[in-house]
Amino acid sequence: MHTLTTALVVQAEEETLNPLVPHTVEIVLSLIVFGILFFAVRKFVVPAFEQAYAERTAAIEGGIAAAESKQAEADARLAELEAQLADARHEAARIREEAREQGAAIIAEMREQAQTEATRIVENGKTQIEAERQQAVTSLRAEVGALATGLAGRIVGESLEDEARQSRVVERFLADLETGTPGVN
Amino acid sequence: MSSLIILAEEFVPPGPQDFELPAIALGVTKPMVQLVLAAIIVFAVFYLAARKRAVVPGRLQFAGEQGYNFVRNSMSRDIIGAHDFMKFTPYLFALFFFILVNNVFATIPFFEFPTFSRAGMVYGLAAMSWVIYNAVGIKKHGFLGYLKLQSVPSGVKGPILALLIPLEFLSNILVRPVTLALRLFANMLAGHLLLILFALGGEYLIVEMGGAYAAVGILSWVMFIAIAFLELLVQFLQAYVFVLLNAMYIQGALADEH
Repeated sequence: MHTLTTALVVQAEEETLNPLVPHTVEIVLSLIVFGILFFAVRKFVVPAFEQAYAERTAAIEGGIAAAESKQAEADARLAELEAQLADARHEAARIREEAREQGAAIIAEMREQAQTEATRIVENGKTQIEAERQQAVTSLRAEVGALATGLAGRIVGESLEDEARQSRVVERFLADLETGTPGVN
Repeated sequence: MSSLIILAEEFVPPGPQDFELPAIALGVTKPMVQLVLAAIIVFAVFYLAARKRAVVPGRLQFAGEQGYNFVRNSMSRDIIGAHDFMKFTPYLFALFFFILVNNVFATIPFFEFPTFSRAGMVYGLAAMSWVIYNAVGIKKHGFLGYLKLQSVPSGVKGPILALLIPLEFLSNILVRPVTLALRLFANMLAGHLLLILFALGGEYLIVEMGGAYAAVGILSWVMFIAIAFLELLVQFLQAYVFVLLNAMYIQGALADEH
Protein backbone atom coordinates (compact mmCIF):
# COMPACT_ATOMS: atom_id res chain seq x y z
CA MET A 1 0.00 0.00 0.00
CA HIS A 2 2.86 2.30 0.90
CA THR A 3 4.63 1.57 -2.40
CA LEU A 4 1.47 2.31 -4.24
CA THR A 5 1.22 5.71 -2.62
CA THR A 6 4.81 6.51 -3.55
CA ALA A 7 4.18 5.49 -7.12
CA LEU A 8 1.09 7.59 -7.25
CA VAL A 9 2.86 10.55 -5.73
CA VAL A 10 5.66 10.23 -8.31
CA GLN A 11 3.04 9.94 -11.01
CA ALA A 12 1.25 13.02 -9.74
CA GLU A 13 4.46 15.03 -9.47
CA GLU A 14 5.39 14.17 -13.03
CA GLU A 15 2.10 15.48 -14.22
CA THR A 16 2.36 18.77 -12.38
CA LEU A 17 6.06 19.33 -13.06
CA ASN A 18 6.64 21.41 -16.15
CA PRO A 19 10.30 22.25 -16.70
CA LEU A 20 9.29 25.27 -18.78
CA VAL A 21 7.67 26.93 -15.80
CA PRO A 22 10.36 28.97 -14.09
CA HIS A 23 10.92 29.77 -10.46
CA THR A 24 10.77 33.51 -10.08
CA VAL A 25 13.72 33.47 -7.70
CA GLU A 26 15.89 31.91 -10.40
CA ILE A 27 15.03 34.61 -12.91
CA VAL A 28 15.86 37.33 -10.42
CA LEU A 29 18.99 35.60 -9.21
CA SER A 30 20.41 35.03 -12.69
CA LEU A 31 19.83 38.67 -13.57
CA ILE A 32 21.44 39.91 -10.37
CA VAL A 33 24.43 37.59 -10.56
CA PHE A 34 25.07 38.27 -14.21
CA GLY A 35 24.54 41.99 -13.66
CA ILE A 36 27.20 42.03 -10.95
CA LEU A 37 29.54 39.99 -13.13
CA PHE A 38 28.95 42.32 -16.05
CA PHE A 39 29.73 45.48 -14.09
CA ALA A 40 32.79 43.91 -12.46
CA VAL A 41 34.10 42.72 -15.81
CA ARG A 42 33.41 46.07 -17.42
CA LYS A 43 35.15 47.95 -14.65
CA PHE A 44 38.14 45.73 -13.90
CA VAL A 45 38.79 43.22 -16.66
CA VAL A 46 38.03 44.76 -20.04
CA PRO A 47 39.86 48.07 -19.40
CA ALA A 48 42.90 46.13 -18.19
CA PHE A 49 43.01 44.02 -21.34
CA GLU A 50 42.40 47.02 -23.55
CA GLN A 51 45.11 48.98 -21.77
CA ALA A 52 47.54 46.11 -22.25
CA TYR A 53 46.63 46.05 -25.95
CA ALA A 54 47.06 49.78 -26.27
CA GLU A 55 50.41 49.68 -24.52
CA ARG A 56 51.51 46.78 -26.67
CA THR A 57 50.48 48.62 -29.82
CA ALA A 58 52.28 51.73 -28.62
CA ALA A 59 55.38 49.73 -27.74
CA ILE A 60 55.47 48.01 -31.11
CA GLU A 61 54.77 51.20 -33.01
CA GLY A 62 57.31 53.06 -30.87
CA GLY A 63 59.88 50.37 -31.58
CA ILE A 64 59.18 50.62 -35.28
CA ALA A 65 59.38 54.41 -35.16
CA ALA A 66 62.67 54.27 -33.25
CA ALA A 67 64.08 51.80 -35.74
CA GLU A 68 62.94 53.99 -38.59
CA SER A 69 64.54 57.10 -37.10
CA LYS A 70 67.77 55.15 -36.49
CA GLN A 71 67.68 53.95 -40.06
CA ALA A 72 67.09 57.46 -41.35
CA GLU A 73 69.93 58.74 -39.18
CA ALA A 74 72.24 56.07 -40.51
CA ASP A 75 71.18 56.85 -44.07
CA ALA A 76 71.83 60.54 -43.55
CA ARG A 77 75.19 59.78 -42.05
CA LEU A 78 76.09 57.50 -44.93
CA ALA A 79 75.05 60.13 -47.45
CA GLU A 80 77.09 62.70 -45.58
CA LEU A 81 80.15 60.48 -45.58
CA GLU A 82 79.71 59.69 -49.24
CA ALA A 83 79.42 63.38 -49.99
CA GLN A 84 82.58 64.00 -47.99
CA LEU A 85 84.33 61.23 -49.84
CA ALA A 86 83.23 62.63 -53.18
CA ASP A 87 84.41 66.07 -52.08
CA ALA A 88 87.76 64.66 -51.06
CA ARG A 89 88.09 62.84 -54.38
CA HIS A 90 87.17 65.98 -56.21
CA GLU A 91 89.63 67.99 -54.17
CA ALA A 92 92.38 65.48 -54.85
CA ALA A 93 91.68 65.55 -58.57
CA ARG A 94 91.69 69.33 -58.51
CA ILE A 95 94.99 69.42 -56.66
CA ARG A 96 96.49 66.93 -59.05
CA GLU A 97 95.32 68.93 -62.01
CA GLU A 98 96.65 72.08 -60.46
CA ALA A 99 100.00 70.46 -59.81
CA ARG A 100 100.14 69.24 -63.35
CA GLU A 101 99.37 72.70 -64.65
CA GLN A 102 101.90 74.25 -62.32
CA GLY A 103 104.52 71.71 -63.37
CA ALA A 104 103.81 72.42 -67.00
CA ALA A 105 104.00 76.15 -66.35
CA ILE A 106 107.28 75.74 -64.48
CA ILE A 107 108.73 73.63 -67.27
CA ALA A 108 107.61 76.15 -69.85
CA GLU A 109 109.08 78.97 -67.81
CA MET A 110 112.35 77.13 -67.37
CA ARG A 111 112.44 76.36 -71.02
CA GLU A 112 111.85 79.97 -71.82
CA GLN A 113 114.51 81.05 -69.36
CA ALA A 114 116.97 78.57 -70.82
CA GLN A 115 116.10 79.74 -74.27
CA THR A 116 116.65 83.33 -73.26
CA GLU A 117 119.91 82.43 -71.57
CA ALA A 118 121.05 80.51 -74.60
CA THR A 119 120.10 83.34 -76.87
CA ARG A 120 121.97 85.70 -74.61
CA ILE A 121 125.06 83.50 -74.53
CA VAL A 122 124.94 83.09 -78.29
CA GLU A 123 124.48 86.82 -78.65
CA ASN A 124 127.43 87.45 -76.34
CA GLY A 125 129.55 85.01 -78.24
CA LYS A 126 128.60 86.60 -81.51
CA THR A 127 129.43 90.06 -80.20
CA GLN A 128 132.74 88.82 -78.82
CA ILE A 129 133.57 87.03 -82.00
CA GLU A 130 132.62 90.11 -83.96
CA ALA A 131 134.78 92.24 -81.69
CA GLU A 132 137.72 89.82 -81.98
CA ARG A 133 137.22 89.60 -85.72
CA GLN A 134 137.17 93.32 -85.90
CA GLN A 135 140.31 93.42 -83.80
CA ALA A 136 141.88 90.74 -85.95
CA VAL A 137 140.85 92.56 -89.09
CA THR A 138 142.31 95.73 -87.76
CA SER A 139 145.59 94.10 -86.74
CA LEU A 140 145.62 92.04 -89.96
CA ARG A 141 145.08 95.11 -91.98
CA ALA A 142 148.09 96.72 -90.35
CA GLU A 143 150.22 93.57 -90.68
CA VAL A 144 149.07 92.85 -94.20
CA GLY A 145 150.10 96.43 -95.07
CA ALA A 146 153.48 95.92 -93.54
CA LEU A 147 153.83 92.45 -95.08
CA ALA A 148 152.69 93.68 -98.43
CA THR A 149 155.11 96.52 -98.16
CA GLY A 150 157.92 94.09 -97.14
CA LEU A 151 157.01 91.64 -99.88
CA ALA A 152 156.75 94.36 -102.42
CA GLY A 153 160.17 95.70 -101.28
CA ARG A 154 161.68 92.23 -101.71
CA ILE A 155 159.98 91.63 -105.00
CA VAL A 156 161.21 94.92 -106.17
CA GLY A 157 164.73 94.11 -104.74
CA GLU A 158 164.99 90.76 -106.50
CA SER A 159 164.91 90.27 -110.20
CA LEU A 160 161.59 89.33 -111.37
CA GLU A 161 162.77 87.76 -114.58
CA ASP A 162 161.75 84.21 -114.37
CA GLU A 163 159.04 82.35 -112.81
CA ALA A 164 161.39 80.22 -110.64
CA ARG A 165 162.79 83.22 -109.13
CA GLN A 166 159.41 84.58 -108.48
CA SER A 167 158.30 81.47 -106.78
CA ARG A 168 161.53 81.24 -104.85
CA VAL A 169 160.94 84.70 -103.55
CA VAL A 170 157.43 83.85 -102.54
CA GLU A 171 158.46 80.62 -100.91
CA ARG A 172 161.16 82.29 -98.99
CA PHE A 173 158.77 84.87 -97.90
CA LEU A 174 156.40 82.32 -96.71
CA ALA A 175 159.14 80.40 -94.95
CA ASP A 176 160.17 83.56 -93.27
CA LEU A 177 156.63 83.99 -92.21
CA GLU A 178 156.53 80.47 -90.81
CA THR A 179 159.80 80.64 -88.96
CA GLY A 180 158.86 84.02 -87.72
CA THR A 181 162.07 85.45 -89.01
CA PRO A 182 161.16 88.78 -90.10
CA GLY A 183 163.19 88.77 -93.18
CA VAL A 184 161.77 92.07 -94.22
CA ASN A 185 160.92 93.71 -91.02
CA MET B 1 -3.29 -3.74 -7.31
CA SER B 2 -0.39 -6.13 -7.78
CA SER B 3 0.34 -4.74 -11.24
CA LEU B 4 0.75 -1.29 -9.73
CA ILE B 5 3.30 -2.57 -7.23
CA ILE B 6 5.29 -4.18 -10.02
CA LEU B 7 5.12 -0.90 -11.88
CA ALA B 8 6.67 0.88 -8.90
CA GLU B 9 9.55 -1.59 -8.76
CA GLU B 10 10.28 -1.27 -12.45
CA PHE B 11 12.73 1.15 -13.96
CA VAL B 12 11.72 4.74 -13.42
CA PRO B 13 12.97 6.83 -16.35
CA PRO B 14 14.50 10.17 -15.49
CA GLY B 15 12.23 13.12 -15.94
CA PRO B 16 11.66 16.70 -14.91
CA GLN B 17 11.64 15.66 -11.27
CA ASP B 18 15.38 15.03 -11.54
CA PHE B 19 15.90 18.71 -12.13
CA GLU B 20 13.96 19.78 -9.07
CA LEU B 21 16.85 19.54 -6.64
CA PRO B 22 16.13 19.97 -2.97
CA ALA B 23 17.33 23.14 -1.30
CA ILE B 24 20.72 22.85 0.37
CA ALA B 25 19.78 25.39 3.00
CA LEU B 26 17.40 28.33 3.30
CA GLY B 27 15.86 27.64 -0.08
CA VAL B 28 19.20 27.86 -1.85
CA THR B 29 19.53 25.10 -4.43
CA LYS B 30 22.56 23.65 -6.20
CA PRO B 31 22.02 25.52 -9.49
CA MET B 32 21.83 28.77 -7.55
CA VAL B 33 25.16 28.06 -5.90
CA GLN B 34 26.63 27.15 -9.29
CA LEU B 35 25.32 30.35 -10.82
CA VAL B 36 27.06 32.47 -8.21
CA LEU B 37 30.19 30.34 -8.34
CA ALA B 38 30.39 30.66 -12.11
CA ALA B 39 30.29 34.44 -11.86
CA ILE B 40 33.04 34.36 -9.22
CA ILE B 41 35.18 31.99 -11.27
CA VAL B 42 34.84 34.02 -14.46
CA PHE B 43 35.64 37.26 -12.72
CA ALA B 44 38.52 35.85 -10.66
CA VAL B 45 40.24 34.13 -13.55
CA PHE B 46 40.07 37.07 -15.90
CA TYR B 47 40.83 39.60 -13.19
CA LEU B 48 44.01 37.72 -12.30
CA ALA B 49 44.89 37.33 -15.96
CA ALA B 50 44.36 40.98 -16.78
CA ARG B 51 45.72 42.46 -13.57
CA LYS B 52 49.35 42.85 -14.64
CA ARG B 53 48.52 44.58 -17.93
CA ALA B 54 51.94 43.50 -19.15
CA VAL B 55 53.08 44.46 -22.62
CA VAL B 56 54.75 41.06 -22.86
CA PRO B 57 52.14 38.76 -21.33
CA GLY B 58 52.83 35.86 -19.02
CA ARG B 59 51.15 32.51 -19.42
CA LEU B 60 48.00 33.38 -17.50
CA GLN B 61 47.62 36.76 -19.11
CA PHE B 62 48.14 35.21 -22.52
CA ALA B 63 45.43 32.64 -21.86
CA GLY B 64 43.10 35.35 -20.58
CA GLU B 65 43.78 37.49 -23.61
CA GLN B 66 43.06 34.56 -25.91
CA GLY B 67 39.70 34.06 -24.23
CA TYR B 68 38.92 37.75 -24.27
CA ASN B 69 40.06 38.10 -27.88
CA PHE B 70 37.87 35.24 -28.96
CA VAL B 71 34.74 37.13 -27.91
CA ARG B 72 36.08 40.60 -28.66
CA ASN B 73 37.31 39.94 -32.18
CA SER B 74 35.55 36.95 -33.65
CA MET B 75 32.14 37.80 -32.25
CA SER B 76 31.84 41.37 -31.11
CA ARG B 77 34.01 43.15 -33.67
CA ASP B 78 33.33 40.95 -36.68
CA ILE B 79 29.56 41.11 -36.24
CA ILE B 80 28.81 44.48 -34.70
CA GLY B 81 31.52 46.28 -36.65
CA ALA B 82 34.60 48.23 -35.69
CA HIS B 83 32.65 51.39 -34.92
CA ASP B 84 30.36 50.33 -32.08
CA PHE B 85 31.67 47.03 -30.84
CA MET B 86 33.63 48.22 -27.79
CA LYS B 87 30.36 49.36 -26.16
CA PHE B 88 29.06 45.80 -26.23
CA THR B 89 32.24 43.80 -25.82
CA PRO B 90 32.15 43.70 -21.99
CA TYR B 91 28.57 42.46 -22.08
CA LEU B 92 29.21 39.77 -24.70
CA PHE B 93 32.46 38.76 -23.05
CA ALA B 94 30.91 38.37 -19.60
CA LEU B 95 27.89 36.61 -21.06
CA PHE B 96 29.89 34.07 -23.05
CA PHE B 97 32.13 32.93 -20.24
CA PHE B 98 29.30 33.05 -17.70
CA ILE B 99 27.20 30.70 -19.82
CA LEU B 100 30.19 28.55 -20.73
CA VAL B 101 31.23 27.95 -17.12
CA ASN B 102 27.65 27.27 -16.07
CA ASN B 103 27.30 24.77 -18.91
CA VAL B 104 30.58 23.07 -18.17
CA PHE B 105 29.43 22.54 -14.59
CA ALA B 106 27.34 19.74 -16.09
CA THR B 107 30.56 17.80 -16.73
CA ILE B 108 32.75 18.85 -13.80
CA PRO B 109 32.76 16.20 -11.04
CA PHE B 110 30.78 17.04 -7.88
CA PHE B 111 28.78 19.66 -9.73
CA GLU B 112 27.47 17.58 -12.62
CA PHE B 113 24.44 19.69 -13.14
CA PRO B 114 23.88 22.19 -15.94
CA THR B 115 22.76 25.43 -14.33
CA PHE B 116 20.83 26.42 -17.40
CA SER B 117 18.69 23.32 -17.39
CA ARG B 118 16.71 25.47 -14.97
CA ALA B 119 14.35 27.43 -17.18
CA GLY B 120 14.20 30.41 -14.86
CA MET B 121 17.95 31.05 -15.11
CA VAL B 122 17.77 31.12 -18.90
CA TYR B 123 14.63 33.23 -19.01
CA GLY B 124 16.45 35.91 -17.06
CA LEU B 125 19.34 36.04 -19.54
CA ALA B 126 17.06 35.86 -22.58
CA ALA B 127 14.87 38.67 -21.24
CA MET B 128 17.99 40.74 -20.62
CA SER B 129 19.18 40.11 -24.19
CA TRP B 130 15.77 41.13 -25.49
CA VAL B 131 15.77 44.35 -23.50
CA ILE B 132 19.32 45.19 -24.57
CA TYR B 133 19.01 44.81 -28.30
CA ASN B 134 15.64 46.51 -28.42
CA ALA B 135 16.86 49.36 -26.23
CA VAL B 136 19.93 49.78 -28.43
CA GLY B 137 17.71 49.95 -31.53
CA ILE B 138 15.19 52.35 -30.00
CA LYS B 139 17.97 54.58 -28.75
CA LYS B 140 19.48 54.80 -32.19
CA HIS B 141 16.40 54.97 -34.44
CA GLY B 142 13.64 56.18 -32.11
CA PHE B 143 10.70 53.97 -31.16
CA LEU B 144 8.81 54.17 -34.46
CA GLY B 145 11.97 54.18 -36.53
CA TYR B 146 13.11 51.03 -34.77
CA LEU B 147 9.74 49.32 -35.21
CA LYS B 148 9.93 50.17 -38.89
CA LEU B 149 13.47 48.87 -39.14
CA GLN B 150 12.57 45.55 -37.56
CA SER B 151 9.14 45.09 -39.14
CA VAL B 152 9.22 46.57 -42.63
CA PRO B 153 11.57 44.72 -44.95
CA SER B 154 13.22 47.05 -47.39
CA GLY B 155 12.73 46.55 -51.10
CA VAL B 156 9.20 45.13 -50.66
CA LYS B 157 6.19 47.07 -51.92
CA GLY B 158 2.45 46.66 -52.26
CA PRO B 159 -0.02 44.37 -50.50
CA ILE B 160 2.62 41.75 -49.71
CA LEU B 161 3.68 44.11 -46.95
CA ALA B 162 0.45 43.38 -45.13
CA LEU B 163 1.63 39.81 -44.87
CA LEU B 164 5.29 40.49 -44.19
CA ILE B 165 5.05 43.17 -41.54
CA PRO B 166 3.34 41.01 -38.92
CA LEU B 167 5.67 38.15 -39.74
CA GLU B 168 8.78 40.27 -39.42
CA PHE B 169 7.54 41.83 -36.22
CA LEU B 170 6.79 38.40 -34.83
CA SER B 171 10.14 36.91 -35.74
CA ASN B 172 12.33 39.89 -34.87
CA ILE B 173 10.62 41.16 -31.73
CA LEU B 174 8.53 38.42 -30.17
CA VAL B 175 10.05 35.08 -31.12
CA ARG B 176 13.73 35.89 -30.66
CA PRO B 177 13.85 35.86 -26.84
CA VAL B 178 11.79 32.67 -26.79
CA THR B 179 14.05 30.78 -29.17
CA LEU B 180 17.10 32.20 -27.44
CA ALA B 181 15.91 30.88 -24.09
CA LEU B 182 14.55 27.57 -25.30
CA ARG B 183 17.61 26.68 -27.35
CA LEU B 184 19.96 26.97 -24.40
CA PHE B 185 17.59 25.58 -21.80
CA ALA B 186 16.36 22.62 -23.86
CA ASN B 187 19.86 21.62 -24.97
CA MET B 188 21.12 21.62 -21.41
CA LEU B 189 18.08 19.80 -20.07
CA ALA B 190 18.04 17.19 -22.83
CA GLY B 191 21.77 16.55 -22.64
CA HIS B 192 21.66 16.02 -18.91
CA LEU B 193 18.55 13.90 -19.20
CA LEU B 194 20.28 11.70 -21.72
CA LEU B 195 23.26 11.27 -19.41
CA ILE B 196 21.05 10.35 -16.47
CA LEU B 197 19.14 7.91 -18.67
CA PHE B 198 22.26 6.08 -19.80
CA ALA B 199 23.77 6.08 -16.33
CA LEU B 200 20.66 4.90 -14.45
CA GLY B 201 19.56 2.61 -17.26
CA GLY B 202 22.96 0.94 -17.35
CA GLU B 203 22.92 0.58 -13.58
CA TYR B 204 19.42 -0.90 -13.64
CA LEU B 205 20.36 -3.37 -16.38
CA ILE B 206 23.47 -4.53 -14.58
CA VAL B 207 22.26 -4.54 -10.98
CA GLU B 208 18.55 -5.39 -11.27
CA MET B 209 18.38 -7.48 -14.42
CA GLY B 210 21.82 -9.10 -14.67
CA GLY B 211 22.79 -11.85 -17.11
CA ALA B 212 22.73 -10.91 -20.77
CA TYR B 213 21.19 -7.58 -19.88
CA ALA B 214 24.35 -6.65 -18.01
CA ALA B 215 26.25 -6.56 -21.32
CA VAL B 216 23.73 -4.08 -22.66
CA GLY B 217 24.12 -2.20 -19.40
CA ILE B 218 27.86 -1.87 -20.01
CA LEU B 219 27.17 -0.69 -23.53
CA SER B 220 24.86 1.87 -22.00
CA TRP B 221 27.70 3.14 -19.79
CA VAL B 222 30.00 3.35 -22.80
CA MET B 223 27.33 5.45 -24.45
CA PHE B 224 27.20 7.54 -21.29
CA ILE B 225 30.90 8.38 -21.66
CA ALA B 226 30.59 9.09 -25.37
CA ILE B 227 27.64 11.38 -24.81
CA ALA B 228 29.45 13.13 -21.98
CA PHE B 229 32.11 14.15 -24.51
CA LEU B 230 29.45 15.18 -26.99
CA GLU B 231 27.92 17.27 -24.23
CA LEU B 232 31.21 19.14 -23.80
CA LEU B 233 30.90 20.24 -27.39
CA VAL B 234 27.25 21.15 -26.94
CA GLN B 235 28.06 23.16 -23.81
CA PHE B 236 30.54 25.26 -25.74
CA LEU B 237 28.36 25.56 -28.81
CA GLN B 238 25.31 26.69 -26.84
CA ALA B 239 27.28 29.40 -25.07
CA TYR B 240 28.75 30.42 -28.44
CA VAL B 241 25.40 30.50 -30.21
CA PHE B 242 23.71 32.43 -27.41
CA VAL B 243 26.34 35.16 -27.50
CA LEU B 244 26.64 35.11 -31.29
CA LEU B 245 22.90 35.68 -31.63
CA ASN B 246 23.07 38.46 -29.05
CA ALA B 247 25.76 40.14 -31.15
CA MET B 248 23.73 39.66 -34.32
CA TYR B 249 20.56 41.06 -32.76
CA ILE B 250 22.47 44.10 -31.55
CA GLN B 251 24.01 44.54 -34.98
CA GLY B 252 20.59 44.24 -36.58
CA ALA B 253 19.18 46.84 -34.21
CA LEU B 254 22.05 49.20 -35.01
CA ALA B 255 21.90 48.66 -38.76
CA ASP B 256 20.75 51.56 -40.88
CA GLU B 257 18.92 49.43 -43.42
CA HIS B 258 18.45 45.76 -43.95
